[in-house]
Amino acid sequence: MTAIPLQPPRRLVEFTLDGEPVRVPEGGTVLDACRAAGKDVPTLCEGDTLKPKNACRVCVVEVEGARTLAPACSRRAEPGMEVRTDTERTRHSRRLVLELLASSVDLSTTPRVAAWLKEYEAEPDRFGPDAARLGESPRVDNDLYVRDYDKCILCYKCVDACGEQWQNSFAISVVGRGFDARIAVEHDAPLTDSACVYCGNCVEVCPTGALSFKSEFDMRAAGTWDEAAQTRTTTVCAYCGVGCNLTLHVQDNEIVKVTSPHDSPVTHGNLCIKGRFGYQHVQNRD
Amino acid sequence: MDLRFGDSKPTDEERDAVDALLGPPESAWEGADDRSDADLRWARGGRAARDRRDLLLPGLHALNDRVGWISEGGLDYLCRRLTVPPAEAYGVATFYSMFSLKPRERTVVRVCTDLACAVRGAVPSAERGGAVAGVTVEDSPCLGLCERAPAVLTIRAGAPGAPPRTPNRRSAPRPQAPDGLSPAHPAPAEISARPAFEDEAEGRRGEAVPQAGDPALILLRRVGVVDPASLDDYRAHGGYTALRRAFALGPAAVIREVTDAGLVGRGGAAFPTGRKWQATAAQPDHPHYLVCNADESEPGTFKDRVLMEGDPYALVESMTIAAYAVGARHGYLYLRGEYPRARRTLEHAIGEARARGLLGEDILGQGFSFDIEIRRGAGAYICGEETALFNSIEGYRGEPRSKPPFPVEKGLFGKPTAENNVETLVNVLPVLTLGAAAYAAIGTPKSTGPKLFCVSGAVSRPGLYELPFGATLGDLLGLAGTPDTLRAILLGGAAGGFVRPDELDIPLTFEGTREAGTTLGSGVVLAIDDSVPLPRLLLRVAEFFRDESCGQCVPCRVGTVRQEEALHRIADRRGAAAAADIALLRDVGRAMRDASICGLGQAAWNAVESAIDRLGAYA
Ligand code: SF4
Ligand code: SF4
Ligand code: SF4
Ligand code: FES
Repeated sequence: MTAIPLQPPRRLVEFTLDGEPVRVPEGGTVLDACRAAGKDVPTLCEGDTLKPKNACRVCVVEVEGARTLAPACSRRAEPGMEVRTDTERTRHSRRLVLELLASSVDLSTTPRVAAWLKEYEAEPDRFGPDAARLGESPRVDNDLYVRDYDKCILCYKCVDACGEQWQNSFAISVVGRGFDARIAVEHDAPLTDSACVYCGNCVEVCPTGALSFKSEFDMRAAGTWDEAAQTRTTTVCAYCGVGCNLTLHVQDNEIVKVTSPHDSPVTHGNLCIKGRFGYQHVQNRD
Repeated sequence: MDLRFGDSKPTDEERDAVDALLGPPESAWEGADDRSDADLRWARGGRAARDRRDLLLPGLHALNDRVGWISEGGLDYLCRRLTVPPAEAYGVATFYSMFSLKPRERTVVRVCTDLACAVRGAVPSAERGGAVAGVTVEDSPCLGLCERAPAVLTIRAGAPGAPPRTPNRRSAPRPQAPDGLSPAHPAPAEISARPAFEDEAEGRRGEAVPQAGDPALILLRRVGVVDPASLDDYRAHGGYTALRRAFALGPAAVIREVTDAGLVGRGGAAFPTGRKWQATAAQPDHPHYLVCNADESEPGTFKDRVLMEGDPYALVESMTIAAYAVGARHGYLYLRGEYPRARRTLEHAIGEARARGLLGEDILGQGFSFDIEIRRGAGAYICGEETALFNSIEGYRGEPRSKPPFPVEKGLFGKPTAENNVETLVNVLPVLTLGAAAYAAIGTPKSTGPKLFCVSGAVSRPGLYELPFGATLGDLLGLAGTPDTLRAILLGGAAGGFVRPDELDIPLTFEGTREAGTTLGSGVVLAIDDSVPLPRLLLRVAEFFRDESCGQCVPCRVGTVRQEEALHRIADRRGAAAAADIALLRDVGRAMRDASICGLGQAAWNAVESAIDRLGAYA
């Protein structure tokens, strides 16, 4: 028997987006409206399965009458508001956010960012050769995944996924302040000395590749990672009876990483250590 | 929640410090050494323990106060006691500059290197050199002692009451110790040898208030006149007449008086206080909270400190009135960590008021109950932002929340909260004793009432001044005594703006400063002569914001760093040689202003921009 959740019909909120009338269900965001209208607003810290932290500020839009720009990902649509997504002002802030990030963080494995840098004519080099960078080296302290915080944009997604939004393990936190803020476990210890249960849900949501499967990390280092040559197969995890969906990423007949569809009503992209990393076990037995 | 704790054990001292705050552990789950029979049957945890999350910051203070730093074992023990994940507690502890997660000496001397002290000759440690055995010396942002600049704060860790280790003793450098740190330090002894020893009643002497005793004063009339420890003295000087009037009027009429008086917030944002109270009072959700923001950390600001040290009952009374108006039974006073003496004065005042039935159940037999809890900050400018302050009290990192929802709807612990700063609250007393109309007649139609100004820097009589709104900058500086070498005036602190010495006719009102293209901010008036190069002060401003950015959003977290770098590059350049970096500063500054989450990032570039545009810095 399948329970079909009954939801009360949601009212629609009508407002103006770039001069055109649009509608989103009550509680929806400006970003929802942009996406529905086919507008490409860049986003980094917004994640489909998490409440956005609205920390990166790359999605800013202009709301008529407001002193500052608003993050499209988090600003709820209000009736009658007038929003502009592509003005000189929004382009300026987006360009600067991209420049500030690209000049301090390794964005080489962040999807789409290269195209945005081009689109917004960003010149991260303009801050000079001495511009401070994060200067972190990869932390390889366990067999399952690698934390390369030189690539971290501090989007808070991993912290939210590990904490109350999904995993409830609270193994990681933002520590320090300002430019020195980093993601870490207590006392900046190795992961093996923390509360981490290796569910890999933080890896699933990380938008930059700062967190990656050890298999992916090693293959990238060896120059053998080839996404184009990979196939993806979605199946049901066989370890227990919950029935989580797994997507197996396979290259050269080997499972190189495991993700889970974010739209799966069972997992919303979350898995446990067995589903996420158990493939090593499968392969090792061969 | 499946928590895992480490293996580090607390020392006896650490355990004792935490237990002194939380009481002895009830079970081994909480970290007791021996398992008792009860442990086998139940585990405290879950909701009851998590409800104590807000004791995390007091717990961190307890450890830091006792040992001088927070060790792995100490933190772990605190986490067990409160059921807080160690990673989160570590994230919170590392957020505050007054905590150390590495061993340090029990005596910590914090040397202020901020604007007012820089103008008076303070030098950052990098240029100071020298070390003193048994003392850890740290640079500090503004200590709020600007009227006696250059200032230092000495903090001694130890058990409470143990004489040689009295915690949080504030003192001037003693000749052998901090003074010996710095052969290059330009004679700090003469100037800061006006020490602020804890046993010396500054309020009585009114050192910080040059006008002390002037009968025309309203807000400062008791400072330096009454004994800040004596509730009787306070009552003999008009204390608690406002609360009686409030009880006679009833909450709704109190809010009406405050609204009619035209009182607006004095913290910098100038939001109408009556409207804030009305919005809080009207919320159906309960409980309502009152929060007094005494985290004054804007460089150059010390007014709240002087009020709290010199007239503490005034704040207790005005918080009681505010709570009555908004329907709050519980008030939090979030006090800057760098104000140990204000804390002692207020703790005493709150205790006295409680003992005399002026706080607690059924105040003055009116059926209204209210009490005040002091919460100490630990060195984070951002916690002066109202929502960051809520997070800090709740035991989370002091990061601002996104608004909406606004605090009047979802504030502290997610409940309707009226948050006001100290100066705003004490203005409620004259509003009620004089009446709204008489209060509104003071000042100008748009900026009503008296206003406090923190005057520091190159003036002969630095201190806290009170003038009605509408006095000019020249009037104020005339009282404080300006030198002939005046080069610029910084209004509103690091987030404010510079004006020129030929602009002394600017009226000190919200509308007057706005019209002049500058800001009143929190009431800082910092006079700058030619003894310190302007680029050095601007660098200090940039460094301040880089240090104090919470790190949440990109424009501020990285933008403040890029601005500081550019200001370093042009420190000795002018004209065409500086042009490219000034363009860069403007580009970054604009994005910070437009796209940062909170006021810190939005205002961080104001002062530097005004120095370039108004003073012609680097031209
Ligand atoms: S793997 Fe799971 S438990 Fe470990 S840090 Fe990531 S989200 Fe938290
Ligand atoms: S590690 Fe990844 S998910 Fe975590 S904050 Fe950094 S970029 Fe975001
Ligand atoms: S503007 Fe700065 S202080 Fe404010 S939230 Fe962003 S990073 Fe934090
Ligand atoms: S995607 Fe909206 S602020 Fe980051």
